[in-house]
Amino acid sequence: MHQSIKRVNSLEDLLELQRQYSHIADFRTGRRREDGHREVLICGDTGCVANDSTEVVREFNRQLAAEGLEDQVKVSVIGCFGFCVQGPIVKIMPDNTMYVKVKPEDVPDIVHQHLLDSRRVKRLLYHDPSSGRDLEHSEDFPFYKKQKRVVMRNLGLVHPEKMEESIAFRGYEALARCVCEKTPQEVIDIVRASGLRGRGGAGFPTGIKWQAAADQPGDVKYIVCNADEGDPGAFMDRAILEGDPNSVLEAIAIAGYAIGAHEGIIYIRAEYPSAIHRLKLALTQAHQYGFLGKNIFGSGFDFDITLRYGAGAFVCGEETALLHSIEGGRGEPTPKPPFPFEHGLYGKPTIINNVETLANIPVILLEGAEWFSSIGRPGCSGTKVFCLAGKVRNVGLVEVPMGTTLREIIFDIGGGIRDDKRFKAVQTGGPSGGCIPESHLDTPIDYDSLKALGSIMGSGGMIVMDQDNCMVDVAKFFLEFAIEESCGKCAPCRIGTKRLHELLTKVTSGRATDNDLELLEEFGQTICASSLCGLGQSAPNPVLTTLRYFRDEYEQHVHDHHCAAEVCIDLMEFEITDACIGCNVCKKNCPVSCIDGAIREKHHINQADCIKCGSCMSICPVGAIIKK
Amino acid sequence: MPDGRTDNPQLIALQTYLNGLDKDEGSLIVALQRAQELIGYLSEDAIFMVGQTLNIPVSKVYGVVTFYSFFRTRPRGKYDIKVCLGTACFVRKSPAILNELATLLQMEVGTTREDLKYSLNTVRCLGACGSAPIVQVNDDLYANVQVSDVAGIIRRYLD
Repeated sequence: MHQSIKRVNSLEDLLELQRQYSHIADFRTGRRREDGHREVLICGDTGCVANDSTEVVREFNRQLAAEGLEDQVKVSVIGCFGFCVQGPIVKIMPDNTMYVKVKPEDVPDIVHQHLLDSRRVKRLLYHDPSSGRDLEHSEDFPFYKKQKRVVMRNLGLVHPEKMEESIAFRGYEALARCVCEKTPQEVIDIVRASGLRGRGGAGFPTGIKWQAAADQPGDVKYIVCNADEGDPGAFMDRAILEGDPNSVLEAIAIAGYAIGAHEGIIYIRAEYPSAIHRLKLALTQAHQYGFLGKNIFGSGFDFDITLRYGAGAFVCGEETALLHSIEGGRGEPTPKPPFPFEHGLYGKPTIINNVETLANIPVILLEGAEWFSSIGRPGCSGTKVFCLAGKVRNVGLVEVPMGTTLREIIFDIGGGIRDDKRFKAVQTGGPSGGCIPESHLDTPIDYDSLKALGSIMGSGGMIVMDQDNCMVDVAKFFLEFAIEESCGKCAPCRIGTKRLHELLTKVTSGRATDNDLELLEEFGQTICASSLCGLGQSAPNPVLTTLRYFRDEYEQHVHDHHCAAEVCIDLMEFEITDACIGCNVCKKNCPVSCIDGAIREKHHINQADCIKCGSCMSICPVGAIIKK
Repeated sequence: MPDGRTDNPQLIALQTYLNGLDKDEGSLIVALQRAQELIGYLSEDAIFMVGQTLNIPVSKVYGVVTFYSFFRTRPRGKYDIKVCLGTACFVRKSPAILNELATLLQMEVGTTREDLKYSLNTVRCLGACGSAPIVQVNDDLYANVQVSDVAGIIRRYLD
């Protein structure tokens, strides 16, 4: 199979290759069929791997070999389909059949029934709870209906480790057209006209940022791709890098051409080994094809990309901190100005773009600014990828046009709340974001509307919470994160977040007064106003929004010493009900011996000594111990 | 070790690696990552060696080591257990799993047991939120873990 790779020296060469490989794209998208030939696509993203998709791949290879089908049926491990909760996902092309929750033991059925006999394996099709039907084609799943894939256009479609597949799906064509047919200024103008805004959090217009760096004098400039995805609950950057690394590499080179840089750096979390592996492979192949390196597409433009590994510090998502980390120091932010576009990496003009922002670039250049700005809403064009997680039914990666409402995402795409519980809040923007209540679910999402609600777009984490989540406890959780990740450089963030946490602990342990709630608000606002960087400026958001929208819950903790969600353990009491059979098991297991009672008589918990460990409740054979 | 001589094969390998690097601060994090890869953690000897070879004060190297959560200055257990406390795992009750692990293994969170068999740590999001809560043991990922599954997971790592 191994072919020697010929360097691509011009746009024409690339288009010729594209034609040569077009059969791959045609087959993959179902436009072309070949007798008896099929392809089995299996998701190889971290989420599905955690659910044993690697073993599913092995089993397919074994079964196909046993049936002598290796020549007709190809197995490809590809990027994320997005419907993570139904993983591992297997798609059969060109039949366009999607099987969900496939276990290794299901593989023989797929091989014998589907591949050999062209009958669908009904029990592995997605069962749509809203219509009660088993659905075969993913386009019919309610989960996919309101989505629009721009950034994730190649995920679940293109093999991330095969350059010829990327080429077949127009990979590197935008780069070739830029360096061969357009001036750097024309490239910047298109990106500006598209209205693309930074997807990493703040939403700064990408084209304006590029222009600023292009206008700087000097010929040493840098493009940095921020792949240090640190928000807990957000994994779209990882999924993009694992599923479509070439689009990101291509975009970095385009950005380099636009601002006049010759070096790009990808700053990626060391915790993402699989993404790093794919990037390295893609880099090697891009060099072999001549898409990176010297004299790209014969245009005279030189560009190279290197990888730098992050070492686990959330604050490095902040631009100046990230640059210090690449330079080898502690990732502490410095005040802006000077902005990185004037004084960045090693003192040179530097543009930092996040992975998702960059993944938009090639398609904007191929389809045009007008096409892109027609998606979304005015002032906020394009799509946004969200990691929908938490208590929602359809957990996964979701890409929707800007302006889609929270309700559409959570209830139409997400399928509503799990186990028929009640929706309580949705948290957007990770530890810097806020919790939004039911009353605001019809807000169309964009940078400004979320900000007005006290939250932020952030990198796109979207965690849904139900009646069992205590909002004070959730605020405390995010604050713990901020305390741990605060770099310690400025006092408002370092000391302020700690004080906020102490106040919240007072609330959750029932020792707080009304005055403490006032203090929480005042502290929070002060920290926002006086911290050095984005981390501190936004760290109180989870506290401030929960105080704004769920004040009654705080007050319940303060006035009634009651946590309705039954989470705050200090406010709970364990009690033995009349169902007790007097078996003595709880008494024997209590670590502090605070349970009395004779055998075959109802037992009793001595509340003053109880440490609320809950071991009696979990061990009681008849469920006679309750928490209230 | 400050004189630069050592019999430890891992340190010798580190020295060879360091010799090939640019001698400036830009190489520091890369050097420390390699050192940890070779030795399993950043020993005092390794920190000294990195500082001396790259011409960076050891105090500064130490400052960088302690800043980043990826670096550890103590050896890790044979089985490195990580419980994800990212938001998606948190709201689906991963703290209870962490407690159960600590209880069953009789150790505190954030430590390595004295027999060097287990380390128990938390991690902020492994990016597999669709299968929350997640527990990772070395390279094995466990998805949708319930408290009742914990004992079974530990049984796989007894030797």
